[in-house]
Amino acid sequence: MPKWFTPVAFICAAMFAFSPLVIANADYESTMGLVQKIFYYHMPSAWMFLVAAMVCGVASIRYLVSGDLRHDRTALAAGELLVVFGLLTLVTGPLWARKAWGTFWIWDARTTSSLVSWMIGCAYLILRRYGGPGSEKLAAALALFGMANVPFIYISVNYWRTIHPATSVVPKLPFTMGLPLWYCVISFSLLFYLLLKMRVRLEEQRATLDSLYLSLDEQH
Amino acid sequence: MIRVAWLILRKDLTVEVRSREIVYTTLFFAVSCVLVFAFALVREGRGPEDGAAGILWIAVMFAGNLALGRTFERERQSETLRALLLAPASRPAVYVGKLLGILVLLFGAELLLIPLVALLFQARLLVHPFWLIAIMATGTVGFAAVGTLFAAMLVRARSRDVLLPVLLYPITVPVIIAGVRGTATLLQPELDAGIIRFWLALLVTFDVVFVTLALWTFEVVMTD
Amino acid sequence: MTPSTPPGSSASLGAGLDFDHVSVDDVSRHFGRRRAVARVSFVAARGNIIGLLGPNGAGKSTLLAMLATLLRPSAGSIRYGAMQADDAPPALRGRIGVLGHDLFLYPELTARENLAFFAGLYGHRDADGAARAALPRAGLADRGDDLVAGFSRGMRQRVALERALIHDPRLVLLDEPFTGLDEASTSALIARLRGLRESGAAIVLATHDLDIADGLLDEAIFLRDGRMVESLSRPEGLRAAYRRAMTGPIRS
Repeated sequence: MPKWFTPVAFICAAMFAFSPLVIANADYESTMGLVQKIFYYHMPSAWMFLVAAMVCGVASIRYLVSGDLRHDRTALAAGELLVVFGLLTLVTGPLWARKAWGTFWIWDARTTSSLVSWMIGCAYLILRRYGGPGSEKLAAALALFGMANVPFIYISVNYWRTIHPATSVVPKLPFTMGLPLWYCVISFSLLFYLLLKMRVRLEEQRATLDSLYLSLDEQH
Repeated sequence: MIRVAWLILRKDLTVEVRSREIVYTTLFFAVSCVLVFAFALVREGRGPEDGAAGILWIAVMFAGNLALGRTFERERQSETLRALLLAPASRPAVYVGKLLGILVLLFGAELLLIPLVALLFQARLLVHPFWLIAIMATGTVGFAAVGTLFAAMLVRARSRDVLLPVLLYPITVPVIIAGVRGTATLLQPELDAGIIRFWLALLVTFDVVFVTLALWTFEVVMTD
Repeated sequence: MTPSTPPGSSASLGAGLDFDHVSVDDVSRHFGRRRAVARVSFVAARGNIIGLLGPNGAGKSTLLAMLATLLRPSAGSIRYGAMQADDAPPALRGRIGVLGHDLFLYPELTARENLAFFAGLYGHRDADGAARAALPRAGLADRGDDLVAGFSRGMRQRVALERALIHDPRLVLLDEPFTGLDEASTSALIARLRGLRESGAAIVLATHDLDIADGLLDEAIFLRDGRMVESLSRPEGLRAAYRRAMTGPIRS
C-alpha cells in the first residue's frame, strides 16, 4: 500500500467518528424534524453509488477496448462498491421516507431507476462470482449495457409514473448545501477512494500471486 | 455479411423444422404461463384491469428466456458455435443470424399468445392491429437483441441457465415498461396516439442503441 | 482413395491470404493459475504432418485452439507466413480447417446439408456442388440424404473431416481424430491425410494413439504438462520415444 494510505485511513475514520457531532449541530429542519438528518448519510451514499457506477462502466469499456486487465480489476472493485453504496442508499432512503412521508417506498423515477441500476450491479457481481473462468469479458459487456441503459430506465420510469400520479408527493430537496453535507460528502468520498484502492490492490496481488505461481512452475 | 446471416438463419429454421423441439416446448410453456396467470388473477370471471398487457409481455419474456437458453444449449452440444466462430464469417454476421432465428420463434409465439390472452382476459387487444404489431415487434427486437448476446456469451460459462435471466431481466426493464404501458394504452376505450408514439419511439431508440452495442461487443467478447 | 484437390476452389475462395508455414514462437497459455501450454515452439510447413503427442491434459487441445485462432496466447506469438495472428483478418480463418474432438456437425441435418452449410459459410460460390463432390470422398455418396444423427462414429468422422476440408484449407488441425474409429476408417483417414500432405497442406495432428501415428508423422512433438519435452524429425519407434520423453527429465 502506498505510504499515504494509513494516515488517510485514520483521517477518514476520524471524520466518520465525528460526523454524528457535526450532523447534530446542523440546522434543524422544521418540516421533518430529526429524521431529516439521515439525509446527510443518504445523499453522499447516493452520490458514491453514482460515481461507482460510472467508474465501473468506464473501466469496463476500457477493458473491452484494450484487453488490459488493470481496467477489469478496477471495474470489479467499482462494481462491489456500487452494490455496497447502493444498498446503503436504498436502505437509508426508505427509512427516511417512512418517517417523513409515511411510506417506505415510492415508485418515482429516481428511486426506481436506482433500484434497477443496483440490481444490474448485483447481477454483475453474481456473474463474476458464479460465471466461472472467462466471464470477465461478459461482465464488462454487462456493465457497458447497464450504463447505456440508464437514460432509458430513467425516461421510461419517469413517463410511466406521470401517467399514474403518485399518491404522495415527494418534495424536491430544498436544503442549502451547508457544511454538514459537504463534510459528509468528503468523508464518503475518502472512504470510497480508500476502499477502491484497497480492493484493486487486492486483485493486483492476486494476479501477481498467479503469475508467480506460474513462473515457479517453469523453473523446475 | 447478410449472406452469412441468411445462411445461419436458414440452417436454424431447417433444424428447428426437423425436430420442432424448441418450437413446441416454447409455445407450450408460453401457454401454460398464461394459464397460470389466469388462475392466479381472474376473479369472478373478470381479469384485473389492464392486466392483459402485463401478462402478455411476461409470457413473452419467460418464453423468450427459455427459447434463448435452449437454442444456445443446442449449439453447445456439438460445439457448433465454435465451428461458426472458426468460419471466416464476420462475427456480427453470426450474431445477426442467431438473432433473426430467435425473432422468428418469438414472433411465432406472439401470434399464438395475443389471441389467447385477448380471449382469456377479455382484452380487446386486436382493435388497433398496426399499433399492436409495432409495439410487439420493437419490444421483442429489443429483448431478443440483448438476450442473444448474453446467451451466446454464456455458452461457455458455468451456471449458464440461471445466469441468463439474472442478467437479462434488469437490462430489459425499459422494454418491459414501454411494451406493457404501450400495449395497455391500446386497451383504453379512446386511443391516445401521442402516448403510443412516445413508447414506440423509446423502443425504437432502445433497439437501435442496443443492437449497435451488441454488434460491437459480440466480436470482442467471443474471442478469448 | 487418393483425392484430388477440388478444381478451382482455391480461386473461388479468394486465396489472397496464403502462407507456406505456420510458426509457433515461445507460446504459452494459462487459465488463471493453471498453465496449459508453456513456451512451445515449432514450425508447421506445407507438405508436412506434425504430431502433437502426449497424455491428456498435456496441452494439445489448447495448442490447436490457438493455432485455429480461437484462443490468444498469453505469451509468445503465432505467425502464419509473415502475418501475425493478431493482425490477421477474419479471412485467415478461411484457410484453416479444424476437425475437433466434438465433430461440429448438426445432427438434425443430413450429411449433404451439413456440408453445404459449411461450404456456404466458408464462401464457396457453389455450396451445393461442393457438398455433392465431398460426399464420395467421405465414402458416403449414397447416404448423403440421411440425418447425421443416425450415423455411426466412423461415418460422422468422415463427414466431419470433409466438412473441415471443404474449403481447401492450407492448415489442417485435427484433435484426436482416431478416437473410436475401426480399422477400415483409420486406414482411410491415414490415406486421406497422406493425400492432403501431397497436395501441399500443413497438417497438425494431436493424438495419444502412438501406434497409428507411427510412420505417418514428419515431425513428432512430445508435450508433458504443457511443456515441449522433445521434438523428433522423421520419428521411428514412437512408443519408445514417447516412454523416454514422458518419464525422463525435461530436456529443453
